[in-house]
Amino acid sequence: MKAHYGYEDGSGSYYITVNTEYCATCDGKPCTDACVQGIFAREEDDFDDEIVVVREDARNSLKSICAACKPQIGGSRSLPCEVSCKQGMIAHSW
Amino acid sequence: MESGIKQVDYWRWSESRWTNPEISDWKGGLVTAGIDIGSTSTQAVIFVDGKMYAYSSIRTGSNSPDSALNAVKWAMDGTGMTQDDLNFTVGTGYGRVNVPFADKTITEISCHARGANYLYGPTVRTILDMGGQDCKAIHCDEKGSVTAFMMNDKCAAGTGRGMEVIANLLSVHVEDIGDMSFQIDEEPPPVSSICVIFAKSEATNLMRRGWSKEKVLAAYCHAMAFRVVKLLEREGVEEDFAITGGIAKNKGVVKRIESLLGIKALEANFDTQLAGAVGGAIFAKEFFEKAARKREGK
Ligand code: SF4
Ligand code: SF4
Repeated sequence: MKAHYGYEDGSGSYYITVNTEYCATCDGKPCTDACVQGIFAREEDDFDDEIVVVREDARNSLKSICAACKPQIGGSRSLPCEVSCKQGMIAHSW
Repeated sequence: MESGIKQVDYWRWSESRWTNPEISDWKGGLVTAGIDIGSTSTQAVIFVDGKMYAYSSIRTGSNSPDSALNAVKWAMDGTGMTQDDLNFTVGTGYGRVNVPFADKTITEISCHARGANYLYGPTVRTILDMGGQDCKAIHCDEKGSVTAFMMNDKCAAGTGRGMEVIANLLSVHVEDIGDMSFQIDEEPPPVSSICVIFAKSEATNLMRRGWSKEKVLAAYCHAMAFRVVKLLEREGVEEDFAITGGIAKNKGVVKRIESLLGIKALEANFDTQLAGAVGGAIFAKEFFEKAARKREGK
């Protein structure tokens, strides 16, 4: 399941998408440790599989939370969260 | 001292209940319930052997467990059924952990998808749920299982709460907004603000500039539609498309969403606020049967 967490405001659209397809079988769930702000949390879904979600208290302030990780214009883009997910299941909209 | 002026709650929508006349005897059947506690409304839906038997839809009070109990009692009113007859109950919605008699809780996202699949049929692929305090776009497969979702709960624009604020501000009953918003000569541009607080001051300014209530409502419905269409665009809209939640009853918003998307939403011949609780009652049946199979070692 693709879960889009975030919002859109006057300055743009700030969504982190987690595709939870492989989370249940992902050893160690490295994204949870990789995020410097700890925004990813383990959670049981409706069918008792352990997946990863974006913490509820972070969902409405992603722009400022992720600002430190985001490259300056022209810089390379390798976000710790995206790099940690070997299955490529984490994506940012901005 | 009494002023003699009667306070009118323009935001108040009608509560309702229903019993299925086609099911004469529920005794001996598998009775399951879905209780959806939202921020502004609570629904209790009762299924017998996988068929909708009764429901109620009430305003959520200050105490969620009481709202759950009141809703289920009213749904059972006149049926002879009591809470002891429920084989399995699922709590869903924002207040799902506050359903004291729930056997399991399920997110409103899963429940809305499953409920829409039952109410609109298996061709539904995109559901827009416009609730009291948030707005969700859900994609599902032919079985009603969620494949993607996105949610906006950052501000009240595009939600039932936002509509209630405007109803009170303009002294228009919330149930009349849709029709009134079409009593205009020409569609005005949407109010520019997407935040309900600013939309409120913008609406006040437009009234001062001589705009009619109808024209302001049209501009507000247009802005709401514009905002939720932006949310839908993140994952695209796959047909069939359905709208659930309280705002689905507001033609002023629905028709404008349809016109912005160039897609017609499926017609609802039931209360669109029921989808979450219906999904809950269906899940309740599945969980009960799964547990029974497990007990029998199957
Ligand atoms: S690293 Fe990727 S697959 Fe593993 S838990 Fe995180 S998001 Fe899921
Ligand atoms: S960009 Fe940085 S702060 Fe934002 S989710 Fe990724 S690792 Fe966490």
